[in-house]
Amino acid sequence: MLPPVFGVLFDGIAYGMLLFVLSVGLSVTLGLMNFVNLAHCAFAMLGGYVSITLVNDFHWPFLATLPLAFLAAALVSVVLERTLYRRLYRASDLDQVLLTIGLAFISVAVAAYVFGTTQQPVETPALLRGTVGVFGLDLGKYRLFLVGVALVVTMLLVGGLEYTRFGAQVRAAVDNQRMARGLGIDVDRTFASTFALGSGLAGLGGALAVEIVGLDPNFAFTYLVYVLIIVSVGGLGSITGSFAAAILIGVSDVAGKYYAPELGAFLIYLVMVVVLMWRPAGLFGRR
Amino acid sequence: MSAPAHPARDTGDRAIALATRALSKSFGSLPVARDIAINLPAGARHALIGPNGAGKTTLINLMTGMLAPNAGQILLGGDDITTLGPQERVRRGLARTFQINTLFAGLNALEAVTLVVAERRGLAGQFWRSVGGYGEAIDEAYEILRKLKLGDACYQVTRELPYGRQRLLEIALALATKPKVLLLDEPAAGVPQEESGEVFEAVAGLSDDLTLLFIEHDMHVVFRFASHIIVLVGGAIFTEGTPAEIAADPGVREVYLGKRKHG
Amino acid sequence: MTTEAATLTPRGYLQAQNRWHPLEIAFWLATLLPFVLFPDYLSLASQIAITALFALSLDIILGYAGIVSLGHAAFFGIGAYTAGLISKFGWGEPLSGLILAAALAGLVGFAASFIISRFRHFTLIMITLGLGLLAFEAANRAHWLTGGSDGLQGVSIWPVLGIFKFDLYGYTAYAYSLAALFVVFLAGRRLINSPFGLALRGIRENWVRMPAIGADSRAHIRKAYTIAAAIAGLAGAVLAQTTESVSLESISFQRSADVLVMLVLGGAGRLYGGLVGAVIFMIARDQFSGIAPQFWYFWIGVLLVTVVMVLPNGILGGLSHFYARWKRK
Repeated sequence: MLPPVFGVLFDGIAYGMLLFVLSVGLSVTLGLMNFVNLAHCAFAMLGGYVSITLVNDFHWPFLATLPLAFLAAALVSVVLERTLYRRLYRASDLDQVLLTIGLAFISVAVAAYVFGTTQQPVETPALLRGTVGVFGLDLGKYRLFLVGVALVVTMLLVGGLEYTRFGAQVRAAVDNQRMARGLGIDVDRTFASTFALGSGLAGLGGALAVEIVGLDPNFAFTYLVYVLIIVSVGGLGSITGSFAAAILIGVSDVAGKYYAPELGAFLIYLVMVVVLMWRPAGLFGRR
Repeated sequence: MSAPAHPARDTGDRAIALATRALSKSFGSLPVARDIAINLPAGARHALIGPNGAGKTTLINLMTGMLAPNAGQILLGGDDITTLGPQERVRRGLARTFQINTLFAGLNALEAVTLVVAERRGLAGQFWRSVGGYGEAIDEAYEILRKLKLGDACYQVTRELPYGRQRLLEIALALATKPKVLLLDEPAAGVPQEESGEVFEAVAGLSDDLTLLFIEHDMHVVFRFASHIIVLVGGAIFTEGTPAEIAADPGVREVYLGKRKHG
Repeated sequence: MTTEAATLTPRGYLQAQNRWHPLEIAFWLATLLPFVLFPDYLSLASQIAITALFALSLDIILGYAGIVSLGHAAFFGIGAYTAGLISKFGWGEPLSGLILAAALAGLVGFAASFIISRFRHFTLIMITLGLGLLAFEAANRAHWLTGGSDGLQGVSIWPVLGIFKFDLYGYTAYAYSLAALFVVFLAGRRLINSPFGLALRGIRENWVRMPAIGADSRAHIRKAYTIAAAIAGLAGAVLAQTTESVSLESISFQRSADVLVMLVLGGAGRLYGGLVGAVIFMIARDQFSGIAPQFWYFWIGVLLVTVVMVLPNGILGGLSHFYARWKRK
């Protein structure tokens, strides 16, 4: 029989896995082009709303909505990249911050207009309801599913990076952009594709998140801070880094809520500032 | 080839303005500077040449402190400056220009050079008096610009200056630090034919007390201005000597024509 | 411009930068209008003056030194809470309270500047965000000191110079806020036109070149950040004193984000950009206050996207650009 602290640990890890899926796309695109995309969680929100609408209004099975959430977010990101983002690759940090925050504001307003400001009603699919007994702990089936999905995503990403040609181009461009260009790699195209992939993952994360944290128009900002913290602490451009940081943040957050609610977010912000001062490029970042 | 601008000098018993000893740097497993030993006597006109990727700009970055070496020393006028930061080296008299214009695009030429003069005079921290009140600094800045034929354009915003004049401003900024040693990284790089004459005139007009090391690709320029040439290949000094010696060296020709493999 | 310049010496040219443009004089005369034309809106005018002062402080680090800060409200809040607490604990004299609050905010800024000056780009943005959020959390948790989410109670300010009371009519409040804005503006104007201001612009224009000209950029940034923190604290203190209350809003991310938007809207690095931006933003928000918040944020979003894509130097930048083109014709 395992003590209840392991239950809290599991919940924290599951939450961390969710945050990982939400964050990994931003980490890679930041590492690739140093493009600060603060609209990243707006893509997650889009995925969430797509999934909810398909389930509630069109009676799709939940699992089938996941690929759609991914695709919808990826598609919108392609459109935005072609029209707006493309022109700001070499712009100042401030311009990138302002543009993407502006887009996030717009998305929040549109979501509030179309879906209303209250939380969306969500019903866990029958398959994933309830708990499973593991070593005396009742682990939520949905959370197990989350962990499973995140692990699959991680394996696909790491495998893709290591073993595909596209992955090699991404790695080269993250490592040394000038040299990658010199070798003939079309860095801008690589970025566009990676950006679509990352935004798609955010959309997937958003759809997965609804069951755990709910969905309302403020989602785009509420989780942005966590995602930014994970990306900066983990290290730009590092999948391992995002993974580790996400688990760290997830566990700290859940454990904090159980054992030390007065500390709240204070500890997480402090950890971030201290880590960044010690390692400005993040725990696993380069430079 | 025309005779070098300065007669060959005996470098034996003059003070060494800038020297490096066993200077080495690697990026991971990639060596970019190997055991480099350079001696610049005061008033020297030395040129640094070599094929692309030989590490010439890297060497300047090491000398100026923008890159930290893995091993070796840098001595400025006999003092070890290896651990000093870039701004400290400038204050001690080591200045450089950049191969690609690294200017203050939004400032006009007068403001830019006045800023350098203000920094040098220790005035840049003062925030209670308007710049206009520092007459001597402004006059000094204007004089530097005038000597480089930029006087009439000094109120123009830097980004609106023609490229050749920007290259001159690049030199003006470095001169305003009153250096003892000046490292010029391809001073005429990218300058259209019609304007490059001005740049060379400026280089030729530099004081004899100033020690110069310049990177250059154009051999006419090198033979015109240099009294000593250092050839850098693959991060290491391949050979060095007077222009006549280098011109006659078959190894150097092969390095440039790529007939021999290196590394 | 060129004919003028031809007759000026270099000294004369740089001295001329300091001269007051007629539009500037018109601007400041216009700030007196609310007393006469809009006496019912004096409390809004007060808020605008305070926010304009806050925007001016951000301009020093953002517009001139190029530091993007997402947590500048930390200093505004520190100033506000300090001024509020000083009065709560018995000393309600406004002018000395103001100086003390600004000094404390400046001190905290000085300490933070050692961190800030060491980082750039994304890391710096995240650190400023983190520090700002930490300040908010600290204020939130310290109920015993700050009143937490209920706000600071019991703030009572004595009449200015012993004569002018802060009352509901708002004349004293607006005069006080406007005076603070103007005095600090004069100081800021001097700073911008000084060699230090030139150095800050150099940092913004080309970070790489600064060490190559012998400049200690980090020392300059520390100085600028400290000054900006003190001014932000002063603005916060004015808010606390004129409204005789302090809430968590003054140290919130919301305030940091809003002032950034205002500054960018008006045009950073142009001294008046923050002021113009504050006026437009605050009046617009006041007019829109009846409508649901999401519509406000929709238009702010559209505004930001437009400014970045079309008007990169804000309103003042756009105006000066068109003026220059019109003059050339």
